[in-house]
Amino acid sequence: MTAAAAQGPNAAELRADARRERLVLGALAAPGLLLIGVVALAPIAWLFWLSVRKGDSYTLEHYARLLHPSYAYSLQTTFELTFLVTAICALLGYPLAYMIAQARQRAAAILLLFVLFPVWTSLLVRCYAWLVLLQRRGLVNTWLADAGLIDLPLRLVHNFTGTTIGMVHIMLPFMVLPLYATMRAIDRDYVRAAANLGATPSQAFRHVYVPLSLPGLAAGIIIVFILCLGFYVTPALLGGGRVMTWSMQIERNVTYHSDWGAASALGVVLLAMALAIFWAVGRVIGFNRILGGR
Amino acid sequence: MAMGDAAGAERGSSLPISISGVGKSYGAFRALDDVSLDVASGEFLTLLGPSGSGKTTLLMVLAGFQRPDCGRIRFGDDDVTLAPPHRRGVGMVFQNYALFPHMDVAGNLGYPLRLRGLGRSEIEARVRRALDMVQLAGLGGRQVDQLSGGQRQRVALARAIIFEPRILLMDEPLSALDKKLREEMQIEVRRLHRRLGMTTVYVTHDQREALTMSDRVAVIDKGRFRQVGGPREIYERPGSRFIAEFIGESSFLPVELRGGEAWAAGARLALAGAAPAMASPLLVLRPEKLRVLAPGEDGAGLNVLRGRVAELVYQGESTLFYVELPGGARIAARQAASASAPSLPGIGGEVALALAPADTILVPDGA
Repeated sequence: MTAAAAQGPNAAELRADARRERLVLGALAAPGLLLIGVVALAPIAWLFWLSVRKGDSYTLEHYARLLHPSYAYSLQTTFELTFLVTAICALLGYPLAYMIAQARQRAAAILLLFVLFPVWTSLLVRCYAWLVLLQRRGLVNTWLADAGLIDLPLRLVHNFTGTTIGMVHIMLPFMVLPLYATMRAIDRDYVRAAANLGATPSQAFRHVYVPLSLPGLAAGIIIVFILCLGFYVTPALLGGGRVMTWSMQIERNVTYHSDWGAASALGVVLLAMALAIFWAVGRVIGFNRILGGR
Repeated sequence: MAMGDAAGAERGSSLPISISGVGKSYGAFRALDDVSLDVASGEFLTLLGPSGSGKTTLLMVLAGFQRPDCGRIRFGDDDVTLAPPHRRGVGMVFQNYALFPHMDVAGNLGYPLRLRGLGRSEIEARVRRALDMVQLAGLGGRQVDQLSGGQRQRVALARAIIFEPRILLMDEPLSALDKKLREEMQIEVRRLHRRLGMTTVYVTHDQREALTMSDRVAVIDKGRFRQVGGPREIYERPGSRFIAEFIGESSFLPVELRGGEAWAAGARLALAGAAPAMASPLLVLRPEKLRVLAPGEDGAGLNVLRGRVAELVYQGESTLFYVELPGGARIAARQAASASAPSLPGIGGEVALALAPADTILVPDGA
């Protein structure tokens, strides 16, 4: 409230009306805020609470257990997988998004449909499909052998390689979509201006187009990275038990040991790391650029 | 190709432009239809036309962003028809400025110099000079989005001339500014052109801007030049109804040619020269060329049109009024606010308007 309330005819009534309006608008926002509280904030708080409880007392025991080498090993696997998948997605997704962004309206719509189509198919189906394609006597190995490129079938699945291939396939749309949205919004006059000022096509691309597309790349990297950190189905199916990620450790703790405390502690640490990544990328690129601004 | 190396080598020099037989179609739409024009070295030429007339397409062809279907473009002795944009060495101001949002003002201005391999200190010095020239000294560290519209305009202009191109292209550069700022910038652009002397092709749909700024105006419509000439010639000697309508305000009266004499609204017209031979001529009436005759003045030697005032619009510096002639035709006239001018009658009052023979212009009818 300002120190000196406005005086004059009708001032009190207008103030009261403004107050009523704020209350009404606040009330209209309440269901949304309540929903976010119930479905998003409360479970996280509960998760955190579980991770520091043992019986009826508070403990840091669950966190201390995470120092065990087996957790460190699976954490390393998780990060290796996440970094690799994110990097491959960026390398494949950038040219793909660029091509779609440069295409004519109609062609772009069709290409985008191809990118989105897998997202509408069941995740399980797609993982099993990769299993069929990549196995010892699968399509890929048969082709390569028939072409005379290999003598022995490649070990493409039930290992780190298979997990990586499957996850790249599943994550690629999440990289392409934000990149495409950003690239489509880049006014072509910027690149023209660069050319006009003397930049070769490759210079114009590097000096102007790439920097302007960075917010989309950052958004894609954050989404893929965070999704990868907690991904379960693909490593479980295509890893063949040889790829142990943190999400699988969580599942183990809950299903085999009914140890909610340890599982929760893993969840909390994973969440903290996801936030740290978001913060780190945000520091480099700027949060409002990632979240839609320029 | 010599263009890239030559650009900027000679300070303050300029090149003539020769456009010959250029055509460009988009599907069935002919954006440019066999267009030819020579722009002299150092000339300020304006391409004036309504939207969709082809003026921007021609500019894009000159800049190298559009490949023409046919024809030839020469800058000086160099045939640049096939040269890519970055080898043409022409400066360009874009309609929306196209300032790089990820660079500050100095970064934007220094970019063309960086591409030309200039040293850091040389770039800094030239950026400072360019900022001085457009009266933005000290703003080199600003981000583009912290600038006002007028400042962005100046930065865009500075970026287009900092590498001393011998040809400058401008695509409706002032259309985003408000009226007052626009008029200020028109003078500014003229001043810079006089000082630097590069050949300039300026695109606009604003006829007033074209008249204000140009050495020559090329009026373009449906992909063809309709008339090319100095601003005074274009305004005072329109060659067709289209030009007379598009540039300035005009009323038209049908004219009958009888035995070498021109007749309009029941009176014989006194002309400056012989009556031209044309199919269905029209008399062009510019509102400000019509003078109200004081009561008792007979207007000897002038063409006099009599009628009744149908509408009066007070506009401050002048009064616009419409006069209905006995035949039913309506013409617009304008009287400057001046103590010496005879007072206008009210609506419905009789008025006599005089037009000097020198201002009595006939144009052929049609489009």
